[in-house]
Amino acid sequence: MDSSLRDLYQEIILDHSRHPRHFGPLATANHMAEGHNPLCGDRVKVYLKVDAKDRIEDVSFEGRGCAISVASASLMTDMLKGRSVAEAERLMGGFLNLVKGEDAAELESDDRETLEVMAGVSAFPMRVKCATLAWHAMKAALDDEGAARTE
Amino acid sequence: MNADPKLTPAYDVAALRRDFPILSREVHGRPLVYLDNAASAQKPIQVLDAMARFTTSEYANVHRGVHYLSGAATERYEEARRRVQRFLNAEHEEEIIYTKGCTEAINLVAQSYLAPLIQPGDEIVLSVMEHHSNIVPWHFLRERQGAVLKWVDVSDLGELDPADVARSITPKTKLVAITHMSNVLGTKTALKEIVRIAHEKGVPVLADGCQGAVHGTVDVRALDVDFYALTGHKLYGPTGIGILYAKRAHLKTMRPYQGGGEMIREVTRANVTYADAPMRFEAGTPPIVQTVGLAAALDYLDFVGRDAATAHEDALAKLATQRLKELNGVRIIGEAKGKGPLISFEAIGIHAHDLATILDREGVAVRGGHHCAQVLMERFNVPGTARASFALYNTVAEVDALVSAVQVARKVFG
Ligand SMILES: Cc1ncc(COP(=O)(O)O)c(C=O)c1O
Repeated sequence: MDSSLRDLYQEIILDHSRHPRHFGPLATANHMAEGHNPLCGDRVKVYLKVDAKDRIEDVSFEGRGCAISVASASLMTDMLKGRSVAEAERLMGGFLNLVKGEDAAELESDDRETLEVMAGVSAFPMRVKCATLAWHAMKAALDDEGAARTE
Repeated sequence: MNADPKLTPAYDVAALRRDFPILSREVHGRPLVYLDNAASAQKPIQVLDAMARFTTSEYANVHRGVHYLSGAATERYEEARRRVQRFLNAEHEEEIIYTKGCTEAINLVAQSYLAPLIQPGDEIVLSVMEHHSNIVPWHFLRERQGAVLKWVDVSDLGELDPADVARSITPKTKLVAITHMSNVLGTKTALKEIVRIAHEKGVPVLADGCQGAVHGTVDVRALDVDFYALTGHKLYGPTGIGILYAKRAHLKTMRPYQGGGEMIREVTRANVTYADAPMRFEAGTPPIVQTVGLAAALDYLDFVGRDAATAHEDALAKLATQRLKELNGVRIIGEAKGKGPLISFEAIGIHAHDLATILDREGVAVRGGHHCAQVLMERFNVPGTARASFALYNTVAEVDALVSAVQVARKVFG
């Protein structure tokens, strides 16, 4: 088997895709947006509860898609809980760099380590959109745009 | 019929493969196994050469100049039309209209033939297995003119019962638009029977022949179909060329499609009159070189033998179906009797895109996704499928490669 395939479908990614964390709607959410990739039909809804101090108190997602998009969404929700909105946006910037194979200097080293499992996507340009869908939805939710799309 | 292509000594697939230079390349360090033929087929050297020879020795614009080359190019352009006429067994030359593809051919019928006839509440009958290009042009008429789309379902095997078409036709039906062969399920429809039923009720039929024209012979006169649309690039020809066959009886009432050069008789400040078919529907400089390429592709198909090619492809698809079914957790979507040589399948627990990515790294090119058939995906309640589709140059070894690549995917996903 191709070694880039092993990098892409690491055990931890498969685990997130089979058992997504924070899966399902969030009744207390005050921000929500849907991400849609019309090319492959992947859909993900991201729910956020942001408190008065701009802190992400709770987060969840639901939707369906390939292993990469589900794992990425699951991993993202795992990381966002308890972070400030500004931190969430910095994480997203770093993540986008990481999956494009670029330097992600803005990430703290432990965040970088966590997100590094998705870095294998950079060898699959056609699949980068799958990995970034949930993050774009998260950003659209924070910006109250309602929807995000990657094509 | 041969169950195993290895038992077809007369069909020399190794020799045919040498006509397709791209088939000898590698992807990701492995020999290319090209099984995305239903999306687009590769081109034989004969087609590429014909276009190059024409471009380097006889090329000019058509129907315009009095000079030598213009005449020569026009002759080749019209000769290609007669070649297509023979391919479809159309009665008249002017029934063959050049378009840029199947999509444009169907849009042409929607705009030039059907739009002027549609009153609010008028109905268009179509099946749930249509490609978006045989759905969206009718949605335009729904949005703009109040047409109603009536959907004919298929069975769980993907079979379409002509009686269901009959039941969907009412006095308000203005057209039946149906595929000749599904690009997802592989189902071949009983087109002749459907046309007979529709005509009994005075309703014309458009067939989307994009796949049907590739896998079997098409005789528009025997079918008695009113419109037949096809695309060149799936027939081993170039992109940018398609065909609309339109029965002569309809040509007179069809209004022009696009306006521009070539499609007029006379233009004044106050008025315009139009050329007769087919030029009436071919505004602007057409894809001249591509018509020559398409004619060469049809010659190539005849050289291979259409029945021999179809038998070979069917045998490969049958073998692949059997082998895939032997794997655990693979589900085939579309098992209509007499289906064409393409296989949509799901590996349970693996999304179509993950499957297509893994197959790709093994050198196997398949399509993963909704195949421009979202209505059908909804009908079968799947987000997408992987699809392996066979062409005249595929081999038994490539079926093996497909099956072992699917096994790799199963291993990755444990
Ligand atoms: C059944 C069917 N109809 C229509 C089309 C559209 O053909 P084109 O994109 O060449 O216009 C395709 C090809 O994608 C097809 O498979």
